Amino acid sequence: MADRIGFRVNGQPCAPAVHPMRRLLDVLREDLALTGTKEGCGEGECGACAVLVDGQLVDSCLVPVAQVRGREVTTVEGLASGEKLAAIQQAFVEHGGAQCGICTPGMILAAKQLLDRVPRPSEAQIREALAGNICRCTGYVRIFEAVVHAMEHEPATRGARRP
Amino acid sequence: MPVASIGQSVPRKEALAKVTGRARYVDDVVLPGMIHGVTVRSACARGRIRAIHFGDGIPWDEITVATAKDLPHNVVALINDDQPALADGVVNHPEEPVLLLAHPSRALLEKARAAVRIEVDPLPAVLTIEDALAKKAIVWGEDNVFKEYWIRKGDAAAALARGDVVVVEGEYATGAQEQLYIEPNGMIAQVDAGGAVTVWGSMQCPYYIQKALMKAFDVEAPQARVVQLETGGGFGGKEEYPSMIALHAALLARKSGKPVKIVYDRAEDMAATTKRHPSRTRHRTAVTKDGRIVALDIDFVIDGGAYSTLSQVVLSRGCIHAAGPYDVEHVRVRARAVATNAPPHGAFRGFGAPQSLFALERHMDAVALRLGLAPEELRRRNFIRHGQTLSTGQVVRDDVDLAAMLDRALAASEWHARRARFAEENARGGPVRRGMGLATFLHGTGFTGAGEKHLASIVGAEGTEDGRVRVLAASTEIGQGTNTIFAQIAADALGVGYDDVEIATPDTRDVPNSGPTVASRTCTIVGKLVEAAAASIKAQLLAGGVLAEPYDAAAFRAACARFVRERGTLRATVQYEQPRDIQWDEEAFRGDAYGAYSWAVYVAQVAVDLRTYEARVEDFWAVQEVGKVIHPVLAAGQIEGGVAQGIGWALFENVVWKDGRMANDRMTDYIVPTSVDMPPVHVVFDEMATGHIPSSGGPWKNGPAGAKGIGELPMDGPAPAIVNAIADATGVSVTRVPATPEAIFDAMEAALG
Amino acid sequence: MRSDLADFELRAPQGLADALAMVEAGCRPLAGGTDVMVMLSAGKLAHRRWVDLWSVGELRGIRVEGDAVSIGALTTYTELRAHPVVVHDLPMLVQAASETGGVAIQNRGTIGGNIGNASPAADSPPALLAYGAEIELVSKRGARRVPYDAFHTGYKQTVAAPAEIIARVLVPRGGADRVHFYRKVGPRRAQAISKVCFAACGAKDDVKIALGGVAPVPLRCHEVERALLAGDIEGAVAALGRAIAPIDDVRSSARYRRRVAENLLRDFQATLARRP
Repeated sequence: MADRIGFRVNGQPCAPAVHPMRRLLDVLREDLALTGTKEGCGEGECGACAVLVDGQLVDSCLVPVAQVRGREVTTVEGLASGEKLAAIQQAFVEHGGAQCGICTPGMILAAKQLLDRVPRPSEAQIREALAGNICRCTGYVRIFEAVVHAMEHEPATRGARRP
Repeated sequence: MPVASIGQSVPRKEALAKVTGRARYVDDVVLPGMIHGVTVRSACARGRIRAIHFGDGIPWDEITVATAKDLPHNVVALINDDQPALADGVVNHPEEPVLLLAHPSRALLEKARAAVRIEVDPLPAVLTIEDALAKKAIVWGEDNVFKEYWIRKGDAAAALARGDVVVVEGEYATGAQEQLYIEPNGMIAQVDAGGAVTVWGSMQCPYYIQKALMKAFDVEAPQARVVQLETGGGFGGKEEYPSMIALHAALLARKSGKPVKIVYDRAEDMAATTKRHPSRTRHRTAVTKDGRIVALDIDFVIDGGAYSTLSQVVLSRGCIHAAGPYDVEHVRVRARAVATNAPPHGAFRGFGAPQSLFALERHMDAVALRLGLAPEELRRRNFIRHGQTLSTGQVVRDDVDLAAMLDRALAASEWHARRARFAEENARGGPVRRGMGLATFLHGTGFTGAGEKHLASIVGAEGTEDGRVRVLAASTEIGQGTNTIFAQIAADALGVGYDDVEIATPDTRDVPNSGPTVASRTCTIVGKLVEAAAASIKAQLLAGGVLAEPYDAAAFRAACARFVRERGTLRATVQYEQPRDIQWDEEAFRGDAYGAYSWAVYVAQVAVDLRTYEARVEDFWAVQEVGKVIHPVLAAGQIEGGVAQGIGWALFENVVWKDGRMANDRMTDYIVPTSVDMPPVHVVFDEMATGHIPSSGGPWKNGPAGAKGIGELPMDGPAPAIVNAIADATGVSVTRVPATPEAIFDAMEAALG
Repeated sequence: MRSDLADFELRAPQGLADALAMVEAGCRPLAGGTDVMVMLSAGKLAHRRWVDLWSVGELRGIRVEGDAVSIGALTTYTELRAHPVVVHDLPMLVQAASETGGVAIQNRGTIGGNIGNASPAADSPPALLAYGAEIELVSKRGARRVPYDAFHTGYKQTVAAPAEIIARVLVPRGGADRVHFYRKVGPRRAQAISKVCFAACGAKDDVKIALGGVAPVPLRCHEVERALLAGDIEGAVAALGRAIAPIDDVRSSARYRRRVAENLLRDFQATLARRP
């Protein structure tokens, strides 16, 4: 039972012919060869598979691909502009936010959703926004630092309405 | 000369790949023609395999099936070689691999796996340390004991019988802990027409895997190539178990004629692979009324699971650390590793020391309480100093000042002021009680005793055509920063910039055996060899007339490129030689157990909610001395991450056993700290002036720039500090970890009734 | 991923009527997937035929209808947390939503899915019980309303017929000035399945108390309420002891759950007593 499910990934249209209940995670990794999104648990507990759907953070291991029909999916591969890293990625590099790196794609997207909605989050808001992304290496300390650094270096017009 | 790299927080070598999603882990790799493999496992803890039934409705003729009979040598080579790669006739633990299946369709493989029925005639199983020691059944050897070590310093029995001492007894226990690297285990294997095997995967120790492949398949090293891919966490959990998976994948690849990928999902990884050894420790301590510890008499037992694997080495480290950082005249330690019918327990950061140090540091508070002494004061009166001897008779050569470190930790944590405030607040009887607790400890760097000598690690370096230098080492990057610190060390030894040094992928075809990435040895032992190999490259260029001092990085690159162009190769190889002042007697278990120790004082502030019995770490201070800090951000990252795992072990991470199998084999039910569970962690590195050793007059010479081990140290302190704080907050003594709310509730009820 | 997708069907309805026809034909409703997809990954999803409700607009939206807030079954936890009327009038529902999973789960988990999954440990049901909610069920045959405290009949059993799905959850307003006391006790502070969940809403003359995690169903405790209103805290605690039937499982122990439930009741009573 395969449908063509049309959606956009990182700004590009795609329409893989897949079973509608196939996990979005598997469509990204296997059908679209976007392996930046990782599987850590298959239960929606670790957040390693997190992506953005229309700017909202979701665990892609829990999303049947049929439900992203017509939507915009953003994965870690979609953050940099060519060789220029997004501020949050640069902050992770500079502040030791990534150790083994397996949680990093999901963690960066969780941070991105936060900063897109709350340009100047408090420490409590940062902790809460990342609570669904488990890191086993860092103890989260340098991830928090990276998020704070990214928020201080984002252009002021980020998220602002254009006249 | 460029700015020195050591001491700078340079960007990690793989940072870009990791933040862009370009880093390739084993499950990201697909080979042409690759098929999948799964493992069919025993549900029974112990028994004889009577028959294996292959159910209906599965196209078995399409599926490659491999059993123990397909292996030339059915063994996972490690130390004692008592663990089969596939069960043959008997099973000794739940989840033991019995057969392997391979097919292009993972969906079909899952159905096939479920359709295999292994008929087992059960035998009595042993599931606890107590039952193993009581020999309820003999499940290994003659008496269920894998190994026994004794430490004897002075005469503890006589000291305990003295009239002028108080004897304090205590019993402590620690539970299993799952490493829970966020990337599950996985391997890809390919076998060529000539029988040569190549394995790629998630691992800490490529040469352990090579040795296992060579033994199991009866091949020489060139026919057993192992390549490490980007590895998403290890913590010891990928030290020995990957060899098992590599053998499985290689066997299926041989039998099917196709490349085979085996990747565990989370449930399989949690239930089937290794965990931290559970432990039981009994203390009898003789202490004078003014707080001088005269004798430590310790009985330390760890549960090794069904096969010996690494248990004797875990036991060795746990035994040697059991007496802690104190000057004690009489020490007796009896240490045993016992067999049970659990899946074999294995390496996990700390490797026995967290277990014995938990018991010791919790017991120290019990001793202090009995004497009416403050816990920090009891420590202060017993700290070991330069020139005094540890329990194995090793003379402390560090100019360590634990008293000063203690003062620093007490000041940073506002220990006295906070404890006074909490005592007053607690007395008002509100639902939340607060307390502070501390732990003081040490951690030995590198393999125990003669271990480094036996490993005889080798590191190479070579010049490249574009004038850079490539480090050739089998040490793996698993998140801790191997690639980065090796490049820093080499860059400084060469006099070039950090970017002028490359690190070769750990591929047994290309890099020599630098030993395993374990035991807090990578920076110190292997890093020292990296330094030497780089120095040799530099010396060759100077001697070869292409380079003269002083030079800058550009001149070096030109010289190196020229040398390689003109002479074909520029290469250096160095091998570890044990410093002559490290003397260890394995038979007597005496002497210099480790080349160096790192030292620490940790403090925890904990709040306990009497309505829900939850303990919460509100604040945490970690003061340590690790010699030279090579990379401040990476080093702090090791401490912060280790403290997080220590907090998990202390409060959250409970392995629920049912008939020898982990019942809570999902991340939903095995609880590690999230970002909202972690306290602030204040990290202080106490770099002793120059890591000064008075006798040698300079920095500790056996580590690069004077660096000592760091990776495992932070695992030892949090659990006892936290459980001590719970006792301080509530007056109730918890003597085991994890101190879950249920355990705290039970302890409180027991204290009342 | 242990399931074979060839064994499964996910049908895409054109609107609610079409979806209800599919339900009548034996398809189960799939909302955000935060329960169903876990089972699929684990190879434990027994039911094979599903209808995808995610795009059925009639099941979305939060409306104020006089004295009640009408919450569409497909409302996500994120949407609940953000809605001003819910925030003002139903703070326990907001608290429950903010303590369910993390952000990624909250963006996808739905109130209808949570109720329909009928886990006794779910986070929103105790709050809904303590607010006196009603469930609107709908099928091809029409709609009916059921008081939520009559909805769960046994472990994972509800009064919903096989052809019915949850359409809306109706929650009375007007309680903003009462005591809203919600405590979820889990193994950690986020991304956790509850061991005990306690929700109470009231004032000295009227109180509703409900618990999760201590019985086969989310439990409304009428006898406890009566004792509290009569000023008899020890009687209330005893009534609680009779009402609940906590178990030992991989997450916790029966005795711990029992004691914590009792402690939370006392804490609620003290909170109530402190009100002027």
